[in-house]
Amino acid sequence: MSTTVAPQKKGGFLAGTANYLDERVGVAGILKEFGRKVFPDHWSFMLGEVALYSFLVLLLSGTFLTFFFQPAMEPVIYEGVYGPLKGAEMSLAYASTLDISFEVRGGLLMRQVHHWSALLFVAAAGLHMLRVFFTGAFRKPREINWVVGFVLFVLGMAGGFTGYSLPDDLLSGNGLRIIDGMIKGLPVIGAYTSSLLFGGEFPGETIVARLYGLHILLVPALILVFIVIHLFMVVIHKHTHYSGPGRKDTNVVGYPLMPVYVAKAGGFFFIVFGVIMLIAATFTINPVWNYGGYDPSPVSAGTQPDWYIGWLDGALRLAPTGLEFTVGGNTWSWNILLPMLVGIGFLVIVALYPFIEAWVTGDKREHHVLDRPRNAPTRTGIGAAGVTFYAVLWAGAATDLIATNFKLSLNQVLTSMQILLIIGPIAAYIIAKRTCLSLQRKDREIALHGRESGRIVRLPHGEYIEVHEPLDAYEQWKLVDFKDYQPTLARPNAQGKITLRARLRAGLSRFYFEDRIAPVTQTEIDAAHHHGDHAEVEAKETKAVEA
Amino acid sequence: MSDKKLAKTGSTNAEYEYEGGLAVIAPDAVKDPGLEPHRTRMTDKSVKHEKAAARQVAAMFFASVLGSAFAIYAYFAFPLTEDLGTVRNNTLLLGLGITLGLFGIGIGAVHWAKTLMPDAEVSEERHQTRGSDEVRARAVEIIKLADSESGFSRRKLIRRSLYSALALFPLPAIMIFGDLGPNPGNTLRHTMWKKGTRLATDPTGTPIKASDVTIGSVFHVIPEGLADLEHHKLEEKAKAAVLLVRLDPADLKESDERKSWSYDGIVAYSKICTHVGCPVALYEQQTHHLLCPCHQSTFDVTDACKVIFGPASRPLPQLPIAVDAEGYLIAQSDFNEPVGPSFWER
Repeated sequence: MSTTVAPQKKGGFLAGTANYLDERVGVAGILKEFGRKVFPDHWSFMLGEVALYSFLVLLLSGTFLTFFFQPAMEPVIYEGVYGPLKGAEMSLAYASTLDISFEVRGGLLMRQVHHWSALLFVAAAGLHMLRVFFTGAFRKPREINWVVGFVLFVLGMAGGFTGYSLPDDLLSGNGLRIIDGMIKGLPVIGAYTSSLLFGGEFPGETIVARLYGLHILLVPALILVFIVIHLFMVVIHKHTHYSGPGRKDTNVVGYPLMPVYVAKAGGFFFIVFGVIMLIAATFTINPVWNYGGYDPSPVSAGTQPDWYIGWLDGALRLAPTGLEFTVGGNTWSWNILLPMLVGIGFLVIVALYPFIEAWVTGDKREHHVLDRPRNAPTRTGIGAAGVTFYAVLWAGAATDLIATNFKLSLNQVLTSMQILLIIGPIAAYIIAKRTCLSLQRKDREIALHGRESGRIVRLPHGEYIEVHEPLDAYEQWKLVDFKDYQPTLARPNAQGKITLRARLRAGLSRFYFEDRIAPVTQTEIDAAHHHGDHAEVEAKETKAVEA
Repeated sequence: MSDKKLAKTGSTNAEYEYEGGLAVIAPDAVKDPGLEPHRTRMTDKSVKHEKAAARQVAAMFFASVLGSAFAIYAYFAFPLTEDLGTVRNNTLLLGLGITLGLFGIGIGAVHWAKTLMPDAEVSEERHQTRGSDEVRARAVEIIKLADSESGFSRRKLIRRSLYSALALFPLPAIMIFGDLGPNPGNTLRHTMWKKGTRLATDPTGTPIKASDVTIGSVFHVIPEGLADLEHHKLEEKAKAAVLLVRLDPADLKESDERKSWSYDGIVAYSKICTHVGCPVALYEQQTHHLLCPCHQSTFDVTDACKVIFGPASRPLPQLPIAVDAEGYLIAQSDFNEPVGPSFWER
């Protein structure tokens, strides 16, 4: 063997470097494996990318901020340049936040970059989840990756909340106060947990330093680990693609990583960073100097958390009066526990959804071609119900602003929200599902009879008809390529018993697939072409033109 | 179980067919017409367009260079001074320079990919995620080998002792978090208020004379001496904050027990919401309602601050007050119940 190895001679610096790296880390094999890996192209696949890039921007801007921020709550007298607060007693954390804003060049810019990219990170992750949900991308083999993504979304909220609380301003302090109140409401462990978290009584002098540790170390490290797992699984599964001619469960159609995706995705990082930078340069966010340092007594009207915490705050607001009671000297704060359980329950359903749907369909095949949302009407309906539920809770966090801006009674707004929380998702489910079924019927119609051309033709015997233009095979494929399921009956098992499990699955399968529109088959198309009115129209039209 | 091999035996690259469950597999489904023919772009067809696109990409990259250079210029040219207006210029111009620096690279690269790199879609084969039968057999073999070599299944004593060791070893790690905070003890039940403490205005700390409180006026109150505390100023304030209101005594509905807690229509209630602890800072003068701005719990001042709306369940605790010899408002005692959010042992 050794005699056959020829030393690298030609090629200069680049070839030399390549050879050096290959002999040490096997870079040629890596490039051979991944260099021409194919990625499909669609705008909705960029949502996850936006989240990823926002996270990178968070790491960059956050690192800058750590060099100036002081996570300490010891009281100091403010001596900085911001006039209105000169001489005020405040925590070192708040004072250093003011210093970053007013005395570090680019400091305010970086604070705003950090805050805006945090908002964008959670927003993009949420939209990415919706894309994955509504296109059925969570189906086998991607169920576990859905859960990984879900964990990332929750970590995003955790990262946001811990960061939001760091400046120790009035608004974030009130946010912590609410957390403290919620923790105290936990049965048995409440008061102890609060004392452990805050190092004694609220607010104490340690919470900012503790949240800082979580915010700059634990949460980002976990996010990073889960992003690596998330992307690793994308490589294993290869990316899904939308239904279209030539796109199958056994292939992936798109552009190669090198050079196209290196340029597109790499360029997109700079675009996302640029958009965040533009917003940060031109729009103020979290002007903490307006709020003052934390003081447990004052509060401003219209207090709002960052948007992604809003739904949980809304859940707290929507709890009806009088849920708290005392049993045997112990207090059950159901006005706090119920909203917490509603929030947790919602998240658990989101996390488990792929497994529920997989159990109902019993479909063990791998799915790499995405569903158009209309082709899974019940799933789309469930998604719409979930979005509505979330949206009502979210709007619940703004009841006071809705009431003051629209000159409504606060009490009526809140009661309406409570009713809407129950009725809204049901209505959304029905509307979305019916809309999907209608769109499917429309697709059938077009696949069978062609597109309405808008051309009106008068036939020799006086009848007016509209000419339908037939689709080409590629357009037609987009309308007919989808998976169709039908409900099952509860069948007895080997012992001849119909188990509760079987009944439940049969019931759910009916719920899912009772209303179904089957994809158009070749037989139907042939029938429509040979005997249907479409063919007649074509024939008559030719005659009409000849005449 | 479900992944029984149904077809394609003998193929070296066997794919496995899985159960479709409730899926309907139509025998006469429409056939996939295959990939659409590629449509060429203007830059593929004409050299003129190709050159123009190349120039545009280069222009973007040059714009980026200018943007970054401007950002560096702005960093020095717009320093921060005592004048707060300089913060806006610094943020805006530095930010816009960096934005151009980023956009130039990003848009240039994407434009390059879309106009000049090949845009014919290619198809790559995709294989099922599971390993082939041979791979799986080898995996099982490895596990069995590891088991027999270590004796993991065979040696029960070792296995069980390992389980108990693994179950216990994290416990010290959990225990050492015990010193994160003290046992709450009685701290949640007591505040700074005690017999004779004067009511003072927040934040100045000036004692309040009963005669200064006119009907309809509201005072945000702290205990006198709060500002002089060496430690735990905020912790005490977080419990002791009080709202003082004077109503027409005729408007007050007072139980016999609480008749002596007010003074000539002046009532004092804890300002800390019994829901989750926000300051109940909004007072509606017409209705005598107190509103918490966080979650809109509403309390009726005329009726012992009972909850009339919102998620809170308990009335705001009342601070019994009186007047001392000099006419200043004082507390008769601490609150008679814990203030703030509910907790288990309350």
